[in-house]
Amino acid sequence: MTTRFSTSSAIPVKLSLLSAGIFLGLFFLVPLLLVLAISLASRGTYGGIAWIATWENYQRLLDPLVGTIFLRSILFAGLTTLVCAAVGFPLAYCMARVSRKWQFILLTLVMIPFWTNFLVRTYAWVLIFRADGILNTLLIKLGLQEEPLPLLFTDVSVFVGLVYGYLPFMVLPLVVAIERISPQLEEAAFDLYASLGAMFRHVLLPLSKPGFIAGGVLVFIPSLGAFITPYLLGGGQKMMLGTLIQQEFLVSRDWPFGSALSFGLMGTVLLLWFLLGRTSYGRDSS
Amino acid sequence: MNESVRLDGVVKAHGPVVAVDQVSLAIQSGEFFSILGPSGSGKTTILRLIAGLDRPDQGEIVIQQRNVTLDPPHERPVNMVFQHYALFPHMSVFDNVAFGLKMKGERQSKIQNAVGHMLTLVRLQGKEKRLPGQLSGGEQQRVALARALVNRPVVLLLDEPLAALDQQLRQEMQGELKRLQREVKATFICVTHQQDEALMLSDRLAVMQGGKLLQVGTPQEIYDQPVSTAVAKFIGLSNVLPGTITRVEDGLCWVEHESLASVVVKCPPQGPPPGAVTVVIRPERLHVSAKAPVNGYDNMLPGIVNQTIFNGNEVLYHVRLRNEALWMVRVPITEAQTCPLTVGQPVYLQWSAHEGLALSAHPAPL
Repeated sequence: MTTRFSTSSAIPVKLSLLSAGIFLGLFFLVPLLLVLAISLASRGTYGGIAWIATWENYQRLLDPLVGTIFLRSILFAGLTTLVCAAVGFPLAYCMARVSRKWQFILLTLVMIPFWTNFLVRTYAWVLIFRADGILNTLLIKLGLQEEPLPLLFTDVSVFVGLVYGYLPFMVLPLVVAIERISPQLEEAAFDLYASLGAMFRHVLLPLSKPGFIAGGVLVFIPSLGAFITPYLLGGGQKMMLGTLIQQEFLVSRDWPFGSALSFGLMGTVLLLWFLLGRTSYGRDSS
Repeated sequence: MNESVRLDGVVKAHGPVVAVDQVSLAIQSGEFFSILGPSGSGKTTILRLIAGLDRPDQGEIVIQQRNVTLDPPHERPVNMVFQHYALFPHMSVFDNVAFGLKMKGERQSKIQNAVGHMLTLVRLQGKEKRLPGQLSGGEQQRVALARALVNRPVVLLLDEPLAALDQQLRQEMQGELKRLQREVKATFICVTHQQDEALMLSDRLAVMQGGKLLQVGTPQEIYDQPVSTAVAKFIGLSNVLPGTITRVEDGLCWVEHESLASVVVKCPPQGPPPGAVTVVIRPERLHVSAKAPVNGYDNMLPGIVNQTIFNGNEVLYHVRLRNEALWMVRVPITEAQTCPLTVGQPVYLQWSAHEGLALSAHPAPL
């Protein structure tokens, strides 16, 4: 598992680098440059692209309305990440500390949802949340509610959907990180008069940081640009970045502005990543 | 001397395996006590039970007259040095050592003083800011000791403290451990599978096997008067000869082997063992002569030199007896040089009656 390039396999390494380079160039760099070009073009009268260079699309990002959507999306993604971390840690801890056999069973259970299409799984949440859905029927049958609660197309339903969709991406890196923490360190903390909470704060939490960072990135970035979840569970009523971009491309047929939004999203992620590196991640690499 | 730790009929099972089986033990205050046994003998479990990291299924644990059987680890006046030290890798040496005091809520100034003093005691001044990963094995070991001792525990528990160190460092740390124990005046309970370590360090030691205590005593007692062949074989090298007792007189036993000459050795202090016995003689107690047996010894067994092992200050000869058993003889280097023996040479092994010991093959449990 070494990342060093060994001299004996110099040619295969170069070859594989070349193939990866070609792949990324064709399927990543070229489309990205295309989007960049479109974001600097103008919208044609009938929704096409007029190749007249302009900054106008980027200036529109400063619109307070767009700003609100950006902030909303960041808030949702941030909250999703926090909740995934809070819910994911106990689960990941169990998975890291049980026997190999149980670990395999639990890992399988975490992975099973991936065997079904994400869209289909999100529809399942529609069935759970809607007025005559499973949850409301249950609440009414139990006599806890007289009228069905408006659950679907709310912030809550979007939020639940996001946490549901991205939780495994938090759990798996955490399992890897926690597995590397010797249980003896926990015992040492208890032996040195730490309570359960103190042990968690001073030992488990800091040593799980690589897992939290990897998991956080894997949850935060996709939920920031999430489209299916806010569209299906939020009903597209309150805009999120993903739904806004989709709307610009497919409904308003304003490809240049949609492209500028996409770059805005990318810029936001890069900025946050950079800030993360400056504050916490960079510190212990000293 | 008053009692520091007492175990009363302690039993602990891990699933179907009984790791500790009816162990009763009293350890005096200020004692350096070792628990010696092969891996899987339950010695580490005893340490964990005293620390409170495991709960006994049966029995009681008393520390300084206080029954702590059900107390959690942080309420016990003991600290542990873990086998692989278990230093917190993300904390500096200072923070590692200060951890226990911080958890107890001591004042910052007191922590500063106590940690500084302790780091001086283990000779780690100037390394406060290092991370454990930046230290050598011996330094990590000393951080682990400091981290435990800074809390002024009544009892310090050490789990294979020197196992991870190389030979030279081990000898250095053995001296260091003795010195530290004298200075902090705590009870040290040390678990090890290294018999030389246990003999050198301990005031008293317990030999354990299969979850049971085989013998408890001073190193001298255990070396010279093992209660069973298991103990004799575990501590130092032993030559053994199975047989049956034919006569007992004045504390001496005459033991007959099916094919060799009858030998006479000491009976164990608890009286002559019934039935089948094993004669045990330490390799350094044997006299070896090349030409003819010399006068003044009670026993003589002829054999042929099978192998010679030069050991620096002594030579270890393997001698094959007529019953095909291999016996070992230690000869000091000065003696071995004046009269060297070669492989294939016939020799005579001799010893006095009080140099050997007859042991029951199945001793009564402690």
